[in-house]
Amino acid sequence: MRRPAASTPPADPSANPPRRCRDWLLSDAPASRVQAALGYAYRRWTRFASNPLSMFGLAILVLLVIAAALGPLFAPHDPLQQVLPDRLLPPGSPSHWLGTDQLGRDILSRLIYGSRLTLSIAVLVVVVVVPIGLLIGTTAGFFGGWVDVFLMRITDVALAFPKIVLALAFAAALGPGVINAVIAISITAWPAYARLARAETLRYVHADFIHAARLQGASRMRLLLRYIVPLCASSVIVRATLDMAGIVLTVAGLGFLGLGAQPPSPEWGFMVASGRNVLLDAWWVATVPGIAILLVSLAFNLLGDGLRDVFDPRHGD
Amino acid sequence: MTPDATTPGAPPPAPDARHAAARRVRVVLLVLRWLLTLALTLAGLLLVTFVIGRKVPIDPVLAVVGDRASASAYAAARAQLGLDRPLALQFLLYARDVLHGNLGMSLLTSNPVIDDIRRVFPATLELATLSTLIGVLVGVPLGVVAAARHNRWIDHVARFVGLIGNSVPVFWLGMMGLLLFYAKLHWVSGPGRIDPLFDGMVDARTGSLLIDSLIAREWEVFFNALSHIALPAAILGYYSVAYLSRMTRSFMLDQLNHEYITTARAKGVPERRVIWVHAFGNIAVPLLTVIALSYSYLLEGSVLTEIVFAWPGIGSYLTGALLNADMNAVLGSTLVIGATFIALNLLTDALYRVLDPRVR
Repeated sequence: MRRPAASTPPADPSANPPRRCRDWLLSDAPASRVQAALGYAYRRWTRFASNPLSMFGLAILVLLVIAAALGPLFAPHDPLQQVLPDRLLPPGSPSHWLGTDQLGRDILSRLIYGSRLTLSIAVLVVVVVVPIGLLIGTTAGFFGGWVDVFLMRITDVALAFPKIVLALAFAAALGPGVINAVIAISITAWPAYARLARAETLRYVHADFIHAARLQGASRMRLLLRYIVPLCASSVIVRATLDMAGIVLTVAGLGFLGLGAQPPSPEWGFMVASGRNVLLDAWWVATVPGIAILLVSLAFNLLGDGLRDVFDPRHGD
Repeated sequence: MTPDATTPGAPPPAPDARHAAARRVRVVLLVLRWLLTLALTLAGLLLVTFVIGRKVPIDPVLAVVGDRASASAYAAARAQLGLDRPLALQFLLYARDVLHGNLGMSLLTSNPVIDDIRRVFPATLELATLSTLIGVLVGVPLGVVAAARHNRWIDHVARFVGLIGNSVPVFWLGMMGLLLFYAKLHWVSGPGRIDPLFDGMVDARTGSLLIDSLIAREWEVFFNALSHIALPAAILGYYSVAYLSRMTRSFMLDQLNHEYITTARAKGVPERRVIWVHAFGNIAVPLLTVIALSYSYLLEGSVLTEIVFAWPGIGSYLTGALLNADMNAVLGSTLVIGATFIALNLLTDALYRVLDPRVR
């Protein structure tokens, strides 16, 4: 599970019957900070789990992670092996459940291996973009004054750029490839996080507990890293999850244009593109990977909506 | 602003006039600020395309002199291209060229890039405009009705439409549309803007084939063009429907929670009037800005759509250039799309300020 603290009870009380474990978690008078934190996480988890759509999104993503991690164990065939006599077999063929492409490669196996590319690019973009956005946004909000004006001017300028077109131009200049796709997408993705982090920072920067910490002698660095950044985390996580949906689509779009992972690697967008030539005769070659992209993007959207309802009830409706 | 108010010797201005003068100063400052933002953002875009242009792995000098040129010929070509100058100067020269409409020559078509773009851009505008029209005509009513019937089936439909619109890859949806409506059902014509038979039959006046053929009263051409544009516009319009219905729904839900709505209902205003006059009237301004925003997204989204439908617009031009490493054309298209996008974005912002009395 993605949130082990919430989904699995702690080791100690799990020896008790489940009923008591739940009571312990929901106790009104927690005896320790750990219990309070776990109880809080448990309440959030039940709130999240009560929405079937969010759970559906989570389930798809868990499947995706399993497919990416344990792909070789599941995949029925070598994703790159070309078996020309088995070209363009329709879905439902024995031993090729989702059919084969023009070169006789098994589409299901290619999808499973391709999930690694999709997942790793999406995760890499977030790993690159979130710290940059947090750094710029919290710094601007925390220090204010001309630092704020300067950083936010840059952010606003970058925010007004057309994302897909710039990513295309960057990918074209850097040359095709996975790492370059990550860079191209990251360059256009960070400003949203900077804005968000700044807004969150401004909500807290004049709060009493920040003043209290400052009076206790906390350095600016400590205030930023230990107080402000953790408070921004929940909204940034929600935002990043929702963003992943868009990133998956952009990655697929770059792949579709041949600017992402290079053949013969089984990138989903590129698989759709290669199905274009045989669309009328063998619809599944393009259709099946497209459904995979749709499902994963949908899953990130559903998960993000669910997380937002849990972490940020202000936006829920 | 008002010379007579400040002329010495004139009677002191009435408080009202002073107030008006102060307001005018404020408006002028706002406009100046807006223009500055626009200039800054466009300069940022220029800087980005400049940097991309310098970062290309292909050495532009080698492209001119070939890889067997002597060192002196290489240096001469380099100097001729201006690449031996300081980077800052190169950027200024680049900015000057762009501002004069000089985007360089396209390697692929050997035309000036600006002429190529002028030729293909109307097709993109036509597609994006029709798609936005679909988005407004379908998405806005859908959002209003969904909010009015919160958590009923129509609301679930609207949310589903919005969710899928956020998750489906446009190039794939386009291919599925072609497969179903063109190949299987024969409801629409295939890729391209018009059948070759009708190509060039009407004079290009506005750049929009639909409008041009209407003006010329060439009905056959009009219906042929319509059957070509219907599917790509519907696919692209779907994203507009998804976005606009989501935004309209959330604006309306917000309004319907206000007390004035309860008051209106309590004094017996018909529900239809409460929804469409009272509440909808109050979301008109933010809605207008959202529609303008969606138009700018569609301009960008048309890039991938155009490839699937072989639509001869700037998206096809850009990707064709991408795949052939025609960097002048790539950067020129990026600049034009980017500048349009930025201008629309900032215009939206200005529109909001002008129309909404609270912000003004």
